[in-house]
Amino acid sequence: MIRLENVSKTYQQGVPAVDNVNLHIEQGEFVFIMGSSGSGKSTLIKMLLKELEPTSGEITINGQKLSKIPRKKVPNFRRDIGVVFQNFRLLPDRNVYENVAFALKVVEAPNKEIKKKVPMVLSMVGLAAKYKSLPRQLSGGEQQRVAIARALVGEPRILLADEPTGNLDSANAWEIMHLLEEINERGTTVVVVTHNSEIVDKMNKRVITIKKGVVVEDRKAGESNVV
Amino acid sequence: MWYNLGQGLKNIWRNKLFSLASIATMSACIFLFGVFYSIGVNFSEMVQTAEEGVAVTVFFTEGVSKDKVSAVEQEIKKRPEVAKYHFVTAEEAWESFKKDYFKGKEELAEGFSQDNPLANSEHFEIYLNDVSKQQELVKFLQGLDGVREVHQSEVAANTLSDFNSLIGYIFAGVIIILIAVAVFLINNTVTVGISVRREEIAIMKLIGAKDKFVRAPFIVEGVFIGLIGSAIPLVLLFFLYQGLIGYVAEKFRFIGGMIQFVPVADVFRILVPVSLVLGVGIGYVGSRMTLKKHLKV
Ligand SMILES: Nc1ncnc2c1ncn2[C@@H]1O[C@H](COP(=O)(O)OP(=O)(O)OP(=O)(O)O)[C@@H](O)[C@H]1O
Ligand SMILES: [Mg+2]
Repeated sequence: MIRLENVSKTYQQGVPAVDNVNLHIEQGEFVFIMGSSGSGKSTLIKMLLKELEPTSGEITINGQKLSKIPRKKVPNFRRDIGVVFQNFRLLPDRNVYENVAFALKVVEAPNKEIKKKVPMVLSMVGLAAKYKSLPRQLSGGEQQRVAIARALVGEPRILLADEPTGNLDSANAWEIMHLLEEINERGTTVVVVTHNSEIVDKMNKRVITIKKGVVVEDRKAGESNVV
Repeated sequence: MWYNLGQGLKNIWRNKLFSLASIATMSACIFLFGVFYSIGVNFSEMVQTAEEGVAVTVFFTEGVSKDKVSAVEQEIKKRPEVAKYHFVTAEEAWESFKKDYFKGKEELAEGFSQDNPLANSEHFEIYLNDVSKQQELVKFLQGLDGVREVHQSEVAANTLSDFNSLIGYIFAGVIIILIAVAVFLINNTVTVGISVRREEIAIMKLIGAKDKFVRAPFIVEGVFIGLIGSAIPLVLLFFLYQGLIGYVAEKFRFIGGMIQFVPVADVFRILVPVSLVLGVGIGYVGSRMTLKKHLKV
């Protein structure tokens, strides 16, 4: 469960990047966040991960007020959230397997678990055959899948994906979306930031649209595009 | 755990130049410390030997009265630097002289038996508890009534201890400077390591790595630099020290008895743990300081 109450974020003396946002996302929901470039989508995601602190307002995730989580408990909080970063952010000097295993190593998972889970999640995203490739030897879509695999391998309750189809052609974008849908069907809350209105319209999910940091539309799943 | 160890070693490898510079400085630092310690141990051993020997001998003018002698004794007794003293009569002096110089041929000395050639040699032997006061005591004793001559032990113990503390200051100064340089270089090494891995660290933190886990490779790096940086000079010192003892024993056999080196094992029993702790400590503190400054986790 994710709840935002009057959340605003202003970078040093600028106009607010996120402006008084109120949202409620249920456990197990699939939500798109749309908006043009610079509308504050990434800023919102970063606040959900406690990478950024809101200038005002309160965010509650899984019953925890983010502002009340002590520094030492932040890692544990983040372990419950998988992130697919805008621009992937894979480690260029490590191959596919190592990039995914990295997510488990840094949370000090036992080796046995790593050896079991990494191949599993790699075959789930369809990259089992390329586990030895370095990121630069992969296509954009493949890199994106590695990023998703890394976000999923720790079995988070919430998956945040910032533009997971950013530079992909429509076939690849669809594959990624179906993958995210599949993950959602297993019970994970999925929040996807995207520009791709074609996909969003066809998928019939909840769509939150922001403009200059303000939520201008919150369309429930199944409702058609009224605009 | 193994991951961090591996990452730490990888850090060192990735930034060889800085690591090498840090290790070299650390080695120089520990090496000097080792040299200083070895010299210090040997000097204090020598000083102690000198202190154990007779430091000052007081002879009297011819035909001195018993009263004067006991007056001198009273004065000696009052001096705080005097550990112990004892009076040697002319007869005792002659006996001990005979023992030393007519060893096995005591009958040769019999000719003198009636007329003690050392009739005038009754004296006080004074042992000091603080050799640095020796000069002062000698001056004082020379001023006393009835005293003919004051002899000092041949090893100039006070020069020895002055020299010892002078070397001590110089070495301590150099070592402190080197520690500062070592910490500075480790700082740089770790800073470079952090900036090279900035993106990786950022991702680690965002996917739930604990602060400790993020820091560990850099701590490992610092500690490892300290470890190598103290192991190298220790090995070097070991062979150097052993070589020196061998060389001196070989070349200067005739003074072999004069210079008694403290055995290698005795020196290294203390030197090894202290150096390792020093090296590892500098490495740990150095990287810890840097992390605090550059890694707001
Ligand atoms: N670190 C920062 N410092 C100052 N301003 C920032 C910072 N990050 C973002 N901004 C500003 O905040 C606003 C929102 O940025 P944000 O990255 O959230 O947009 P976005 O919706 O993710 O855009 P995009 O679709 O291009 O990724 C922009 O005007 C941007 O210039
Ligand atoms: Mg963005």
